Amino acid sequence: MEFDQRFGLNRHLVLPGPLALDAGLSFAPVEFAYETYGVLNADRSNAILICHALTGDHHVASNHPITGKPGWWTRLVGEGLPIDPARHFIICINVLGSCLGSSGPASTDPATGKPYGMSFPVITIADMVRAQALLLDHLGISSLQAVIGGSMGGMQVLNWTILFPERVRSAVAIATTARHSAQNIAFHEVGRQAIMADPKWRGGEYYGDNDPPAAGLAVARMAAHITYLSEAGLTEKFGRKLQSREAKSFGFDADFQIESYLRHQGISFTDRFDANSYLYITRAMDYYDLAEPFDGVLAKAFAKARNTRFCVISFDTDWLYPTAESRHIVHALNAAGAPVSFVELSSPFGHDAFLLDVPEQNRIIDGFIRAGEQRA
Amino acid sequence: MSLRPDLQIIADNVADGSRILDVGCGDGSLMAELRDQHSVDARGMELDRINVATAMARGLSVIQGDADVDLVEYPDQSFDYAILSQTLQTTRRPDLVLDQLLRIGRRAFVSFPNFAHWNVRWSLMWNGRMPVTRLLPVQWYETPNIHHLTINDFRDFVAARGLTVEGEWFLAGDKRISPSAANFRAEHAVFLLRR
Repeated sequence: MEFDQRFGLNRHLVLPGPLALDAGLSFAPVEFAYETYGVLNADRSNAILICHALTGDHHVASNHPITGKPGWWTRLVGEGLPIDPARHFIICINVLGSCLGSSGPASTDPATGKPYGMSFPVITIADMVRAQALLLDHLGISSLQAVIGGSMGGMQVLNWTILFPERVRSAVAIATTARHSAQNIAFHEVGRQAIMADPKWRGGEYYGDNDPPAAGLAVARMAAHITYLSEAGLTEKFGRKLQSREAKSFGFDADFQIESYLRHQGISFTDRFDANSYLYITRAMDYYDLAEPFDGVLAKAFAKARNTRFCVISFDTDWLYPTAESRHIVHALNAAGAPVSFVELSSPFGHDAFLLDVPEQNRIIDGFIRAGEQRA
Repeated sequence: MSLRPDLQIIADNVADGSRILDVGCGDGSLMAELRDQHSVDARGMELDRINVATAMARGLSVIQGDADVDLVEYPDQSFDYAILSQTLQTTRRPDLVLDQLLRIGRRAFVSFPNFAHWNVRWSLMWNGRMPVTRLLPVQWYETPNIHHLTINDFRDFVAARGLTVEGEWFLAGDKRISPSAANFRAEHAVFLLRR
């Protein structure tokens, strides 16, 4: 194929839209930041869409432009790995509402010439998926060999199979859920309140003077980060160890290593993420409930997805989206008659395990993806 | 690769192109054979996560689940065959599991070790101890087999439930043997049932 400007790393594109949103509004134009790896084959059958999590981005296997760190899923995506640019045409799109180049509250509203701020419409996971479909239409990709993602990425995967079942041949949903629970919403609300309680938030209009509500966003990240880890993992890594000191200070410095670690996580997060985006995306996740439009019956939601192959993976120490949530998805898929595989893997890393070194996960995904190729 | 003898019997008697659910599918050997040699649409359930991971890596559709708990989630008559091989005696409620099998599948293959085999009887009578044999290789305290049964027990159960036996096969020393005095001579039985 000759060089196509639409494909490659660090792509940026504005489509006229409009995008019909769940909120009942119409959004236009729609901006996209995305990356592609590998080459689309002649019959356009090797496209794999990777969906990222809450604070993720499209740099799935390329260095992050701000942090310089390697892509966030280089354990799974790359030469010789289960998702391989030598075999697959890989697409990863920054989600709608984010702040890494796709339309979000920090983007400029063409109507006013200023950032949207809180005038950005409240979006849903389904809106993110519809936006992705809009971009794939533009890229000429009608059918996906696989859609894959963990956490919020897994929510998008499941939503893909409900909104566009005919476009998805295989779906891999990892460490995810079919709906946000009261506990999930509660943690997100703590994060949002931390941001909005920061005087620098100013109703979301903080873009003008480069003085964002970093303290609030850092606290939001600290609270959320705890939910991504496991108690056993924290105990193993930090225990009650003190940070660079021999004794407790009898003060409120970061005496404990875990405090120091969390503070670092919070502060470094503010360098790469926008507080308003955090509000909007956590809201989208809280509104997420796949069964809601189907009388609360999840099996009905998957009724049209019975020709899609599913692979569902959970982790035994994930208490954010515990195994019971994955089982709920699996039971619904069974009831709908869809071919589904499910396993709970063992890992000390909690929810974050899907991003970390779990060799079994790679082995399973590799087998699942290859079996789909044989069938095609 | 050769299948375990009871699995080979099942593989030889499943209609090509059918839909099966293998409950307690292990590492997916039977499912792979049925898929590759008989164009069967095979789904599996297995308790052990290492086995599930191995089966999934073979590209099979397997869910980690418990026959005692998770079978209720499958729709009625959604498979041509439900298969339960060497798993019945490990379930908490074999009767309810069998009911579920014949609710989910139009037919069910069930295979189990026969506790009335002469070797077992001998061991109990002569030693007065729970037998440790080739097919029951584990001590009483760590065996997963919590509901031992005999071929006659199974026949009684099938009759009481009003089920139809469409096929029965018996094994001793991995070889097929005749049905005569099977309850005494067979180490292992395979039944094909329908309602």
